[in-house]
Amino acid sequence: MSELNKLGLAEARDALRKGDVTSVELTESCLKAIEDADALNAFVHKTPEIALERAKAADARIKTGDAPSMCGLPIGIKDLFCTKGVPSQAASRILDGFKPEYESTVSQQLADAGAVMLGKLNMDEFAMGSSNETSVYGNAVSPWRRGNDDAQLTPGGSSGGSASAVSADLCLAATGTDTGGSIRQPAAFVGITGIKPTYGRCSRWGIVAFASSLDQAGPMTKNVRDAAIMLETMCGHDPKDSTSAELAVPNFEAMLTGDIKGKKIGIPKEYRMDGMPAEIEKLWSDGAEMLKAAGAEIVDISLPHTKYALPAYYVIAPAEASSNLARYDGVRYGRRAHLAQGDGITEMYEKTRAEGFGPEVQRRVMIGTYVLSAGFYDAYYNRARKVRTLIKKDFEDVFAAGVDAILTPATPSASFGLGEMTEADPVQMYLNDVFTVTVNLAGLPGISVPAGLDAQGLPLGLQLIGRPWGEGDLLNTAYALENAAGFVAKPGKWW
Amino acid sequence: MSIDQSTAAKVAKLARIKVEDDALPALASEFNTILGFIEQLNEVDVDGVEPMVSVTPMRLKRRQDQVTDGNQQDKVLSNAPDAREGFFAVPKVVE
Repeated sequence: MSELNKLGLAEARDALRKGDVTSVELTESCLKAIEDADALNAFVHKTPEIALERAKAADARIKTGDAPSMCGLPIGIKDLFCTKGVPSQAASRILDGFKPEYESTVSQQLADAGAVMLGKLNMDEFAMGSSNETSVYGNAVSPWRRGNDDAQLTPGGSSGGSASAVSADLCLAATGTDTGGSIRQPAAFVGITGIKPTYGRCSRWGIVAFASSLDQAGPMTKNVRDAAIMLETMCGHDPKDSTSAELAVPNFEAMLTGDIKGKKIGIPKEYRMDGMPAEIEKLWSDGAEMLKAAGAEIVDISLPHTKYALPAYYVIAPAEASSNLARYDGVRYGRRAHLAQGDGITEMYEKTRAEGFGPEVQRRVMIGTYVLSAGFYDAYYNRARKVRTLIKKDFEDVFAAGVDAILTPATPSASFGLGEMTEADPVQMYLNDVFTVTVNLAGLPGISVPAGLDAQGLPLGLQLIGRPWGEGDLLNTAYALENAAGFVAKPGKWW
Repeated sequence: MSIDQSTAAKVAKLARIKVEDDALPALASEFNTILGFIEQLNEVDVDGVEPMVSVTPMRLKRRQDQVTDGNQQDKVLSNAPDAREGFFAVPKVVE
């Protein structure tokens, strides 16, 4: 079999079980693809020794006939996950040199299931960004291009390295994390599938914290079946995360029947934004038609507080970030600034954080500090938390009215060029998450499925939003959409 | 609400991030852009609405208040920029 790195998880699993390939062969194929793809800057810490060691162990385990689905499958891990003995620095200078003494629960569960870690993936610094341009490692680059134009495009963010790596077949799948859209927006930009599960499904333990009430891990994969397989391994109760749900994890893959007859799919009118490109509008209505043709009932719904989701997010997320990032003080881990004669501990903190955090992280930490400061706490932070209650209630109301899933565009545009947003004010970049951020605020599961190409040949995605803990049903609806959309485009190799 | 340079300086101080004086005007201007965006929230009627505490209606798990691990001094210190004699070392705090 040639070009094993191009396989998806399910295909590779089946080939491994049949004995057609070995995990070592799969892993070597991916390692070769990674070596050839430095131009994408997706893998920022490569771990070939660990990969080959785990692949050999997986091959032995598969021979016993008792191996879980993920056994022997080579994947990439976002740099936000702490991985024992392997640099984990959330793409920040302030964690330069940090090698955790422990492993995140999610990456541990993947390792326990026999998955093979190929290395760590690029991302926006502390997962703050929508274009992977805030990384200390430099930009991750999308494998996609606008026709014959050789301008470099963003793979989206914050899980930009994960998106680029999966789309370019450097790995079979990758982990991502999603605080405001950081799995779904990059997945849509590069034509892959990405799911953010219900808040509490995946343990956050050992994942560098950004905004703890919003952060969730999830898989980024080549198709919906692969997402079901990998998500099941990543989920589950963890006593080390007090917000982790004590719920059984279903066999998500077994729920993929493609039968969505009688399902009620809501189309929220508030997601029809002024100035939305006609292509996105068409993609959205085509998606609704596809689900209707598959037997679903399409209903118009209203989520009246949608407009206030981004402003609420830009209070809550920076507030939580300012608190979470207070731990980076140059004392316990990471990088400490060089101090001048006579500098005291306050100068050490201030210089370390000024040198260690990039401009976007500094901006959000300071905004968070401001909205939590005495005199403004009620006006900003408490008000945003009240609006969050209303946003969640919008969803509760439509689910109570019998809606099973909600269909929206995943992003307001296709991928844009690296550097094109440099002159824009920060709020323009924040608008990338306009369709995804509501889902984090309401704690719901959301999945991005590639559904078409724009006139320049770039992927566009649709988002489905499900009921809390309803990932199985949501994946099945996404599977029906995937079958109908028949998206098969891949980027031409230029790197 | 508009942020002036002295407020920006105060916020930077509270956040323990050193910002040079000549960078303060640009910082204050960025803050004002973002806060202007956030101020849309004032349009929402939030009377009688409870601020969200937890997105899932679950009580945080509790556990016995007892030691669950320990004896990991080497591991705890292994990533410190400056560790001496089993402690984190910092510049002089007390005169």
